[in-house]
Amino acid sequence: MKNTMKLLLVGAAVLSAAISSARAEDKPKAEVMTSWTSGGEAAALDVIKQEFEKRGGIWKDSSIAGFGAADAAFQNRLVAGDPPAAKQTVLGLANADFVSQGLLSPIDGIAKAGKWADVLPKSIADLISYNGQVYLAPTGAHGESWVFYSKETFAKAGVSEEPKSWDEFFAALDKLKAAGVQPVAWGGQSWQESKVFNMILLTQVGIDGFLKIYVGKDKGEASTEGVKKTLDILGKLRAYVDEGAAGRNWNDATAMVITGKAGVQFMGDWAKGEFVAAGKALGKDYGCMLAPQSPGMVYVADSFSFPKIADAASQKGQTLLAEVAMDPAIQVEFSLKKGSVPMRTDVDKSKLDICAQKGLELMSAGKIVPDQALILSPQQAGALNDFVDEFWTNPSEDSASGAEKFFAIFE
Amino acid sequence: MQAKRRRSLAATCALLPTWLAAIFVYIGTMVWSVRLSFTDSTIFPSSNYVGFAQYTRLFKNSRWLASLENVLIFGALYVAGCLALGFVLAAALDRKVRFESMFRTIFLYPYAMSFVVTGLIWQWMLNPTLGIQATVRAFGWQGFVFDWIVNRDMAIYTVVFAGVWQGAGLVMVIALSGMRGIGEEQWKAAQIDGIPIWRIYLSIILPQLGPALAASGMLLSMGVIKTYDLIVAQTGGGPGYSTEVPAKFIMDNLFERQNLGLASAGATVLVLSVIIAVAPFRYALAMRARRRGAR
Repeated sequence: MKNTMKLLLVGAAVLSAAISSARAEDKPKAEVMTSWTSGGEAAALDVIKQEFEKRGGIWKDSSIAGFGAADAAFQNRLVAGDPPAAKQTVLGLANADFVSQGLLSPIDGIAKAGKWADVLPKSIADLISYNGQVYLAPTGAHGESWVFYSKETFAKAGVSEEPKSWDEFFAALDKLKAAGVQPVAWGGQSWQESKVFNMILLTQVGIDGFLKIYVGKDKGEASTEGVKKTLDILGKLRAYVDEGAAGRNWNDATAMVITGKAGVQFMGDWAKGEFVAAGKALGKDYGCMLAPQSPGMVYVADSFSFPKIADAASQKGQTLLAEVAMDPAIQVEFSLKKGSVPMRTDVDKSKLDICAQKGLELMSAGKIVPDQALILSPQQAGALNDFVDEFWTNPSEDSASGAEKFFAIFE
Repeated sequence: MQAKRRRSLAATCALLPTWLAAIFVYIGTMVWSVRLSFTDSTIFPSSNYVGFAQYTRLFKNSRWLASLENVLIFGALYVAGCLALGFVLAAALDRKVRFESMFRTIFLYPYAMSFVVTGLIWQWMLNPTLGIQATVRAFGWQGFVFDWIVNRDMAIYTVVFAGVWQGAGLVMVIALSGMRGIGEEQWKAAQIDGIPIWRIYLSIILPQLGPALAASGMLLSMGVIKTYDLIVAQTGGGPGYSTEVPAKFIMDNLFERQNLGLASAGATVLVLSVIIAVAPFRYALAMRARRRGAR
């Protein structure tokens, strides 16, 4: 009984597929899997979708909330031999295994035709290529070491200027506390905490030191000292966080700043998307600054990857999607909605806000360091999250033994 | 003799699909994951054998060790709590109270909900800035503190609350049906002897419910090993990894961390520990059955 039912269903599916493919055969189609589900992210994805449909494509949205959840679903589909046409992913090591297993299709032809190598910064062009072939279509870069603050609460607390150093910063937090405002809107998930760790680390060891630690796995005295100082600052922040922070989503924390319940949030520039979606104006309602004493910016970059797929319409869809994602106008439009920085250096910068312009400036000056997802294996990146979360939630841990544990994540 | 053989052939044929399913689906996949735990597989299975390296890594991993400790605490308290609360609820309803079916529905209702919903509800209730603590403070008791869910040492017990709240209803229904099967004469006899009601439940009813409670205990224990969704929805394993459980450790390493070998090693350890825990019990049962047969 069950089997006949199954046969019938399969038959119906084949039949309907045959009918619809006869009609939509020449139309490129793409099932796109992302974890972009918050207000600003969804609006940005919609920019690409609109253009994709305008150019005659059929779009199927398979977005799943949560980066890890989307990844798990994607891997399941990939292993089952039924991948979506495109998946949102970060540049770097996370895709290396997929490429070496031959699961992704290269888009070298499209990249050559679009002269991507000429318009992308060299470091990005390197990161989207594996074994000399381009595999990823970048959508935008994010600065991750930003501090967003509510102008309203700063005025209320009598903080008139952006703090220039960590001492000034903590003084400002004290003033916020005294004014009855929650000083820090803390997102209590381990990935958010490691972003704060990284932005503090950059201010303590500088760009070269940061790369020495993460790329060179250097355990020297300067590195150890830097990690210790970083943990001291991180530990000091515990006193400015509310009790309900454990497990809090980043966009919920942003909402606290938007509504004036909290003063500052440490977050990547995608938080701007939430401010935009809430109708807040940069410079008037809220401000952005890099973490105090920052010599540069930590960045992460999003892109689409294209799994090998047999269906001809989906293959066309992949080509179209790669072209749309790298379209100069779309890159700007997408960045405005999502709060990111366009990857192309030849775009019209006038439309970008002050933060994005500053980010683009740092990027073209090379004053950037990659996020852990770009330079660590997923195992090591996970171990880093564990390490920071354990340190953060355990006030009795001192920074010296913490620093020791930090270097163990590379083993 | 021939008829018997023919009958057993028919029975074997009928059971064949079940046997095949058991061998290939259950045992096959188990062997497959044990095999993977001896390789250095990352995101996809590899056949590069590394011996016990994954197990060494596993038991050096403080997150895994914490998860084992947590599942022991959670398991013991969850099963004991569900059995105790379920029995008390059943005893309360057994005395033919009014609106019995309404109460029964209310107590059983949580069990009909998924662990994800349970976890979310309790997360909100226990969140110090949203839930119970904030509510009591709003009523004027400013010094009231109930922040277990954000406290590393207490967070695992909040998961026990949610679990017991969810599971007690099932025990109640099973225990209640067991109580209804006990003859009315025993009650009458005990009441003539002037034994207080609580004593009747404890000394007369409870021993007779042994098999029913053992069955519910077994059902609950199996739930403990695979506890995953409750943790993800309620605490996400935090603060730190104070509420991490093995199932979540394995899932995280399978997908997010692209660490198939380590995850398989964890799964293997989990299966082994279940076998070690269940084996003496099964052995005792088998011995008893044999002794009884011999007699």
